[in-house]
Amino acid sequence: MNLDRRSFLKMTATAGGAFVLGFYGSPDAFGQPPRRFNTVAPLAFVRIAPDGKVTIMAKNPEAGQGAKTHLPMLIAEEMDVDWKDVRVEQAGVNDKLYGFQFLGGSTATPVNWDPLRRVGAAWRQMLVSAAATTWGVPASECTTKAGHVLHSASGRSAGYGELAPKAAAVAPPALDTVKLKNPAEYTIIGNSQRGVDTAAIVRGEPIFGIDVELPGMLHAVLQKCPVFGGKVKTANTEEIAKMPGVRKVMVVEGTLTSDPILPLNPGIEPAVAILADTWWQAQSARASLRVEWDFGSGTFQSSTTFAQQAAQALQQPFGQVVRQYGDVNASLQGAAKVLEATYAVPFLPHNTLEPQGSTASFQPGKLEIWSTTQDPATLRRLAAQMTGIPEAAVTAHIVRAGGSFGRRFVNDADMEAVWLSKQMGKPVKVTWSREDDMAHDSYRPAATIALKAGLDAAGHVVAWHEHFVTFGEGKRTIVSGDIDAHDFPAGYIPAYELGMTIASPFRSRTGPLRAPGVNGRVFILQSFLDELAAASGRDPLELQLELLAQKAAPGFEVQPDRPSSLNPERLRGVLEMVAEMSNWRTRTKQSGRGMGIAAFFCHLSYFAEVAEVSVDAQNRITVHQIWAAGDVGSHVINPRAAENLAFGGIVEGLTQMEQEITFTGGSVVQENFDEQPLMRMRQSPKIEVRFRKTEFAPTGLGEPMLPPAIPAVTNAVFAATGKRIRTLPIKHSGFSFA
Amino acid sequence: MAISLNVNKQSRTVDVPGDTPLLWVLRDELGLKGAKYGCGISYCGACTVHLDGRAVRSCKTPVSSVQNRAITTIEGLSDTETHPVQLAWEEIDVPQCGYCQSGQIMSAAALLANHPNPTDAEIFAAMNGNLCRCGTYPRIREAIHHAAGLLAAKGGAR
Repeated sequence: MNLDRRSFLKMTATAGGAFVLGFYGSPDAFGQPPRRFNTVAPLAFVRIAPDGKVTIMAKNPEAGQGAKTHLPMLIAEEMDVDWKDVRVEQAGVNDKLYGFQFLGGSTATPVNWDPLRRVGAAWRQMLVSAAATTWGVPASECTTKAGHVLHSASGRSAGYGELAPKAAAVAPPALDTVKLKNPAEYTIIGNSQRGVDTAAIVRGEPIFGIDVELPGMLHAVLQKCPVFGGKVKTANTEEIAKMPGVRKVMVVEGTLTSDPILPLNPGIEPAVAILADTWWQAQSARASLRVEWDFGSGTFQSSTTFAQQAAQALQQPFGQVVRQYGDVNASLQGAAKVLEATYAVPFLPHNTLEPQGSTASFQPGKLEIWSTTQDPATLRRLAAQMTGIPEAAVTAHIVRAGGSFGRRFVNDADMEAVWLSKQMGKPVKVTWSREDDMAHDSYRPAATIALKAGLDAAGHVVAWHEHFVTFGEGKRTIVSGDIDAHDFPAGYIPAYELGMTIASPFRSRTGPLRAPGVNGRVFILQSFLDELAAASGRDPLELQLELLAQKAAPGFEVQPDRPSSLNPERLRGVLEMVAEMSNWRTRTKQSGRGMGIAAFFCHLSYFAEVAEVSVDAQNRITVHQIWAAGDVGSHVINPRAAENLAFGGIVEGLTQMEQEITFTGGSVVQENFDEQPLMRMRQSPKIEVRFRKTEFAPTGLGEPMLPPAIPAVTNAVFAATGKRIRTLPIKHSGFSFA
Repeated sequence: MAISLNVNKQSRTVDVPGDTPLLWVLRDELGLKGAKYGCGISYCGACTVHLDGRAVRSCKTPVSSVQNRAITTIEGLSDTETHPVQLAWEEIDVPQCGYCQSGQIMSAAALLANHPNPTDAEIFAAMNGNLCRCGTYPRIREAIHHAAGLLAAKGGAR
């Protein structure tokens, strides 16, 4: 599946009352038939014990984004149970029961807000109906409160536990007919609830993928070629097979596609697999492994060459026009001032702290798998294809993941475990080393962007010309290496042209990284707006507000039924809010210290951020504080968790400013965290997050706070020093974090 | 080789090569999976345990070097699962993915054992070797201060 960051959902009620969820790849796909249809079966989500304790199924994978807590909250709210009586259980993989089970694209909230509340309301209605029948009173006279149905006229009440057997016999109502609460009556939504796994985490309980243990299980490591897809010519497998604890050494041919544009799941890479009784035995045997590789077609990959090819491409016209309106050339010629700048962002790793891994148990005709995947349906399909058994014979268990960030859309470790288990006829757990993980990631693609803009005599932006240089083959870009034609300020400048050139082929795998498509590009767009403001002597906030007050160009207008289109009022709203939080308009000029502002709309949500930094004589940056104002609609379902997630997205943005993946001779240079800095606690700024409540349906928080954090900091560096960071990581611009 | 260990106040014997990292002895030989593998080079802190009360990275600690020393893992941090740091982590709801948190908790517990009311600077110094990929740092700092408060309320007893 192509995971476009603008992926969003449309929900419509069918005649049968089932909610049909359609997953769309891009706003342009809106109005076309949904690619996936799912219905939600209310009965599957809830069990009520005789003592009134309610078990609610968590439908989506959990990797730290909090959906295992906040989605069940939606059901509990409308069921009208006390949250302390709720137990949450991870659901299995079954889209017929649970609908779209997926972690990514900040989709959990917008997809589930409506249907899961309706599941809760359906249960409440069934419980009320059971009580009314028992008491021989009209259901309309009954009310509910904290796990009880009440009939105030007769003073009767009954607990949900007592009513459950009768309620289960009531036919569930059609979800589009149920009555939802007035939000003013919410007692769970909007009130912070602790993560349902927090207690297990702080006790060190074995709840992660890497902790899965099966009787008779073998541990596996796979040595893959440093150049993606390279094949094993020879290896000293017999020698390795004799090492302590080693049960089997195998050359894995792999199942890689021959398509030069690698999809997210291109098949298993060739490898030497070592299976042993413990992971350390397998891993230490690997130290003696000698492999002669056929490196294959990827050895040309070199970051130096890529940079040269990008520079050459920028000397030429676009390869293709992505979006164009107005007369950019004429506007630039008539402009009072023209500004030009070239920006570059690197390949980036995911670095989930839990490395990739999976546990599988194949027996003839059936497969069980314990996976940390973000996309269980795809996992199940791929596992069935690989083993040649029907999907129905694949039982997939969703296990908590130590971070995902887009990496776990790739089910490579899962497929390795499945393949090895089938070969061995035993359960196999695959655990990648950190070095495996960094060398065989699905990297965020690098990009180079050249910008040119015209200002009129009054400092208004009159034209915008943007040349995006990327990777691919022919007219196809690598995964996540494309560009969106809707990113602000597109549509809010009188003449606009965005073009693309595919300048280099690429043979390693790429894929989405948290805030895909915009985690690097917003740095560029919002930095260049800051440059334009500086060039015209204007405040960058006022320039952005002025642009957002323009009439949108055709195709960019706000459409009420299309939440993926920028609503300028909402972006203005968060900009004004963050200006107030940070005292932006009354900030004072200080040497070596400065404030920067940036804002963006993505993944259906709006964020504006201000950073305050100081920079010392060695160009070391201290980020003192970040203020963030977000608009995720009418409700923040679980406020403390939302705040935590927003902190995390901002810290991740800062981490991205220091990281890069580079290639030489076809392989990745960086091997472990010592060459790939993660922000440390002492470097992490004070962060203040506030939400602006608006009338719109709630949207997600996995991603949208991340992109503006980077340009807020680099714009602050400019304010502090007059130096403009146009290349990431910041070390290539001469900076570091203190 | 047979190696005698004192883990969470219990005597355990394992038969592994002496250079096996303590982390993998804990996880795969003793079934204590709270300490996590993150980098294997003593860089990220996910594998942090206590050795005679001091926070160490178990992924680079050869098991032969820790015989007859007191090893404490997150599973043994408190007999009653009510160590102030664990309580604080729960009350502040620190985790996102949670994978680094047992290491964070072990480092924080070692810090508070020596500095019951640490300053931010002391916290940053003690926690510098524990990375959180999810960026829960603001919550970790809040939780350590909260744990210090819980400790003080208990009269400083550990």
